[in-house]
Amino acid sequence: QFSDSAGYVGFANLPNQVHRKSVKKGFEFTLMVVGESGLGKSTLINSLFLTDLYPERYIPGAAEKIERTVQIEASTVEIEERGVKLRLTVVDTPGYGDAINSQDCFKTIIQYIDNQFERYLHDESGLNRRHIIDNRVHCCFYFISPFGHGLKPLDVEFMKALHGKVNIVPVIAKADTLTLKERERLKRRVLDEISEHGIRIYQLPDADSDEDEEFKEQTRVLKASCTPNLFIPFAVIGSNQLIEVKGKKIRGRLYPWGVVEVENPEHNDFLKLRTMLVTHMQDLQEVTQDLHYENFRSERLKRTGK
Amino acid sequence: AGPAESKTEAAMSELVPEPRQKPVVPMKPTSINANLLGYIGIDTIIEQMRKKTMKTGFDFNIMVVGQSGLGKSTLVNTLFKSQVSRKSSGWNREEKIPKTVEIKAIGHVIEEGGVKMKLTVIDTPGFGDQINNENCWEPIEKYINEQYEKFLKEEVNIARKKRIPDTRVHCCLYFISPTGHSLRPLDLEFMKHLSKVVNIIPVIAKADTMTLEEKTEFKQRVRKELEVNGIEFYPQKEFDEDLEDKTENDKIRQESMPFAVVGSDKEYQVNGKRVLGRKTPWGIIEVENLTHCEFALLRDFVIRTHLQDLKEVTHNIHYETYRAKRLNDNGGLPPMTVETEENHESNL
Repeated sequence: QFSDSAGYVGFANLPNQVHRKSVKKGFEFTLMVVGESGLGKSTLINSLFLTDLYPERYIPGAAEKIERTVQIEASTVEIEERGVKLRLTVVDTPGYGDAINSQDCFKTIIQYIDNQFERYLHDESGLNRRHIIDNRVHCCFYFISPFGHGLKPLDVEFMKALHGKVNIVPVIAKADTLTLKERERLKRRVLDEISEHGIRIYQLPDADSDEDEEFKEQTRVLKASCTPNLFIPFAVIGSNQLIEVKGKKIRGRLYPWGVVEVENPEHNDFLKLRTMLVTHMQDLQEVTQDLHYENFRSERLKRTGK
Repeated sequence: AGPAESKTEAAMSELVPEPRQKPVVPMKPTSINANLLGYIGIDTIIEQMRKKTMKTGFDFNIMVVGQSGLGKSTLVNTLFKSQVSRKSSGWNREEKIPKTVEIKAIGHVIEEGGVKMKLTVIDTPGFGDQINNENCWEPIEKYINEQYEKFLKEEVNIARKKRIPDTRVHCCLYFISPTGHSLRPLDLEFMKHLSKVVNIIPVIAKADTMTLEEKTEFKQRVRKELEVNGIEFYPQKEFDEDLEDKTENDKIRQESMPFAVVGSDKEYQVNGKRVLGRKTPWGIIEVENLTHCEFALLRDFVIRTHLQDLKEVTHNIHYETYRAKRLNDNGGLPPMTVETEENHESNL
């Protein structure tokens, strides 16, 4: 690209080198998924990453749920696309919000996040730092019920407790249960309640001036949503079933009154959510490192007086 | 078919428990029965009973229980084709989830075909909405028992009313969240406790979130869970009176229930007709279309065929159970008071 003109040193090529090294190394990303059972979390994750992360899924009955406490289950999958390797870990939290008394149901979750921070802190301070594995939670999809009128008391408490530890992205799944008007109303209500309670959800960064046009446009479209277009929280539909529509096989849900198409932007925000996640993976990791982890680290070090 | 009457017109008074009759459609009395030597006119009693019911009207009290947002108010409004429950559309910003379970009873008089119904809808906002929902069914159980107590007090009065106002809950619609997985622990706990004191009809709310297969599977699973946990919802097996009852009710219990419903108070044009429905970018969900959801089944069940039976089971079974327990506890009849017209309170 750059000619061997006088004065050209060549370090402008550094981003390419970094890029090439990252591609060789591969990326690690940990996504946590939180929400009551039956909100469509697993289906959505499978749809987003076009895999079946839960092949032998067992759904417990209500009587069993009475005894259960919140579990943490991590599944890792390696996804490769055009030579780029992604090691994706999805952390599930079955049992969350199911019990009659959900008073302490997110203690386990907070503990898990802190443990990953702790482990990283330990590795970072160690002698051999060549192969530090980053298992810290980079993003948390918090599922809001499409059947309610807004946030539930549990939703508020959870987000208040976790917004200083992880990037929270609120998601409304099973969005096909809402008409467009109901969707807008619900999103607005959720955003109002989030701001009312001072909850800090993940903010899309402003595109820098020297970013490429495509990235800027994508971010702009997504960002415009924060106020007038209201895409956040993302109202999505997931499905791994293929339905034939106008001669093509597409992912969707077949009802007696019509077909809901997962990847149709007029039906739901699925594509926007996927785009957001994919284009902001890097940023999500950075914010985790620069904000949430640093907060944890300074608290920790202050406490032990090291 | 011989002369018959609808369940809604059978019993005229709450005080005289009638033997439960089959649900059939009213017919005009036939003029001559070939087997009799002449026409006596006994069958005109049906017409007399019908006229009496139309004059006096009747009470029906329906309670709705479920987490906020499951469409309870909308469904009740759709059932009775009027705004009988607190606003079903247009969320109010000021409306917050109450911190404890509240019991709100609103009465309406609706009329159809000359028959007057005093309908009371009992709402239970706050149920299941807190972080800690332990024992949140207690205020509901308490309310139901209080109505039995009210009725009992009237019944044992020396100078009692000709027609005791009936505030007892005849039917409790329990709204199950359409997760597609299973019942929630709270659902089990509520139904276990309350099925012993009131007729519970479980419904799957907002059923437009499930495809046909998901619906069938979910219903099967819910039925199984209810059975395994010994929860008897209405129509209870033990109260089937005869084979005909049993056959009809078996079909309802094992196939139709819990009814997967969708409610709406908005109308749309579909194939030249105005229908109640929900408009989405992928199609219009028609509330009264049986291929879309089971709202019409629920409506027919509660209103057109089993309305009277719901009242009778409440009176003959649940109320009697309460009464027997009270009399046993007290070692006899509760203390009697002479009540005057002024003292008596009306619930409407």
